Amino acid sequence: MAEKNKLSIISMSGDFDKVIAVFTLASGAAAVGYEVNIFFTFWGLNSIKKVTSHRFIGSGFLARFFNFLLGGRKSLPLSRLNFGGLSPILMTGMMKGKNVATLEELFDASKALRVNFFACEMAMHVLGLTKDDFIPEVKDVLGVASFLELSKGGQTLFI
Amino acid sequence: MSTFNLDITKERCPMTFVKAKLHLEQLEPGDITEILLAAGEPLDNVPRTATEQGYQVLESVHVRDNIHKITIKKP
Repeated sequence: MAEKNKLSIISMSGDFDKVIAVFTLASGAAAVGYEVNIFFTFWGLNSIKKVTSHRFIGSGFLARFFNFLLGGRKSLPLSRLNFGGLSPILMTGMMKGKNVATLEELFDASKALRVNFFACEMAMHVLGLTKDDFIPEVKDVLGVASFLELSKGGQTLFI
Repeated sequence: MSTFNLDITKERCPMTFVKAKLHLEQLEPGDITEILLAAGEPLDNVPRTATEQGYQVLESVHVRDNIHKITIKKP
């Protein structure tokens, strides 16, 4: 068997379309035998929150307000032409209609294929979040140095 | 030894690979599976990656139009 390839993705955006790109690449790479690591930072953390819509979570008034505005995986805005949240719903419908995997399906596939999820310690601190605010599949909370060590020898993408 | 089947002709990237991978992971040593897939990306890459991951591609046949069938064994 060939040596295992590795893909590491820095997921910074909280935009619906960019998060789809993250989980498309992650699940696809894991399916063809890559070791895949995703480092979620800032708005990217919205994808791995336990809450999937707009909720007041975190510690501190401003952090709770920010987290409410940011929402979760099922309330991500499209990067352009969001139309108050209507476009992601339309886009998901179009994807289903064309037999293309939706964000939830790609997310579930990434989990089923054991993609490694990591949360950024610094961004969590700013947003008043703890590991308990994230889905249990989040393997660890990391800083830059640990992520660089983890991604060493593979390909790294910033989305 | 058991025989399995999977049809991924209607799937699009990356679910072609995702479904094939999750299907192959369920096999026990000695099991054989037949996968129906479309020409192009799935046909080019599903057998290749299966081989890379230690499976044996026993056969690849053209079924109809752009549909192919590959037979894979878990050693």
